[in-house]
Amino acid sequence: MEETLIASPETGSTRKMTLNMGPQHPSTHGVLRIVLELDGETILTATPDIGYLHTGIEKEFEVKLYAQGTPLTDRVDYLANLSNNLCYALTVEKLLGLEMPARVNYTRVLMAELTRLNSHLVWLGTHALDIGAMSMFFYCMREREDILRIFEMFSGQRMMTSYIRIGGLALDHPRGGLQTIQKFIDTFPSKVDEYENLLDQNPIWKNRTQGVGHIPLTGMLDLGVTGPMIRAAGLAWDIRKSEPYSGYELFDFEIPTRQEGDVYARYQVRMDEMRQSARIIQQALAGMPEGPFKADAPKVLLPDREKMKTQMEALIYHFKIVTEGFAVPRGEAYVAVESPRGELAYYIVSDGGSKPYRVHMRTPSFGNLQALPAMIEGTLIADSIAGLGSMDFVLGDVDR
Amino acid sequence: MIAESVLARPDVAASTVALPGAISAGAESRGEVTLAVAPAHLIALAQFLKNQQGYERLSAVTCVDWHPREPRFEVVYQLHSIRHNLRLRLKVTLGSDKPEVESVVGVWRSANWYEREVFDLFGVTFLHHPDLRRILMPEGWDGHPLRKDFPVHGHKYSYQEEG
Repeated sequence: MEETLIASPETGSTRKMTLNMGPQHPSTHGVLRIVLELDGETILTATPDIGYLHTGIEKEFEVKLYAQGTPLTDRVDYLANLSNNLCYALTVEKLLGLEMPARVNYTRVLMAELTRLNSHLVWLGTHALDIGAMSMFFYCMREREDILRIFEMFSGQRMMTSYIRIGGLALDHPRGGLQTIQKFIDTFPSKVDEYENLLDQNPIWKNRTQGVGHIPLTGMLDLGVTGPMIRAAGLAWDIRKSEPYSGYELFDFEIPTRQEGDVYARYQVRMDEMRQSARIIQQALAGMPEGPFKADAPKVLLPDREKMKTQMEALIYHFKIVTEGFAVPRGEAYVAVESPRGELAYYIVSDGGSKPYRVHMRTPSFGNLQALPAMIEGTLIADSIAGLGSMDFVLGDVDR
Repeated sequence: MIAESVLARPDVAASTVALPGAISAGAESRGEVTLAVAPAHLIALAQFLKNQQGYERLSAVTCVDWHPREPRFEVVYQLHSIRHNLRLRLKVTLGSDKPEVESVVGVWRSANWYEREVFDLFGVTFLHHPDLRRILMPEGWDGHPLRKDFPVHGHKYSYQEEG
């Protein structure tokens, strides 16, 4: 904390003060530093300073085989790993021209929606904690634990799942996996009611969130904001509907919107999104087709152990894929998915080799965070905490 | 050379009429349309696409380094129109000697951080950018990490020297 000037007792006027919020501030959820210029409690200018978590993942992709890139995608947005897995897989599959079997698509949708629930639960818990509603955190973590257990059941990992791979899934469903999800999702909507019971009509919650953190819709579009924030300002744009991927067109769900564009509206949109996700998961479970859990692409995917040991051709492919990877046709692809935070897109350029020539991740948090000054300048410091929470950014996703 | 299938798109056709010579090439691959734009025409085309053709969003700006090929840098703009549910990619190629291009911040404000990122990681300068500073790397950093001639491993950096 650095104080340059203080209030002058002679004139009674206040003078400007510069305050460092972060990089270790609890409400920044990661390492974000915001340089605030203050007049008393009012924020005059806010300058976000990012890059503390920059790990050079995009550079790392360029020296790894395509298949080795999947675990890197887990580590970008650590609350929406499966959305990142999915987006990367879809982009490479577009370059390769692969079509997925129905079971793969359904499982991917199932996992992507569970990820959305996971991410929204962490958002709700921490956002409420920031504003002072502590018990929310425990309720949300309780349900999140169930989701992490499901991820562990399916992939062997709670967070860094790498479950969605290029050309399909890492493994087929475990025994009893779908039943576990069914049990969880049958009770989940009642849990959302429980959260709303605690917050919806809570006068403190309403006072802290209603009319706070407003940005007009045109400004948000111009600033590159996507996802629930834009839907809370009245625009029903969801990539799952507008550019369906992975078979989302087969599912029946709505795009929740609100008109107010404030922190409360974003809260309402995300709560409704959780209900819609539960609906999608129910449909995915009910309609889960039988069949293979990966595409038929012997040049891209490792053969089954059984085949590898009995068929010469499979052994050759196995050797080639392990030693030199698979070549991806020259070209470029940009594929966007709706992550819990907004538009997540991978832009991959291939020079025809077995490693990507360039990977750019269009991460939703980076685009959304850019609107931070527009949101908090001119408001009180306390409101900036509510505003920051409502953006729901992940710093790993911002800095990559 | 603009491919037939690309010219069939009304937004591209309108652009070639309104700004002759701005689009030097256009190709469609895997359903994605890419236009090569002459650097001098970038701003005019960007304004036209935003104001007349409904491309209200600039999803991202990034760069591809084709070192040692010349011209070395390809600055890539990913446009998106929610209204028409269309995407369009613009490309500007720049040589390694003084890679400079006009900033599109005046057209889409979202370009601000994306251009800073390209400046930081590739060393491409965006003229008339309001705040062209490094964004991800530390301020005292030497070099541009995403360039192909920048090593992946073995680069030493001392945080103590920052002072």
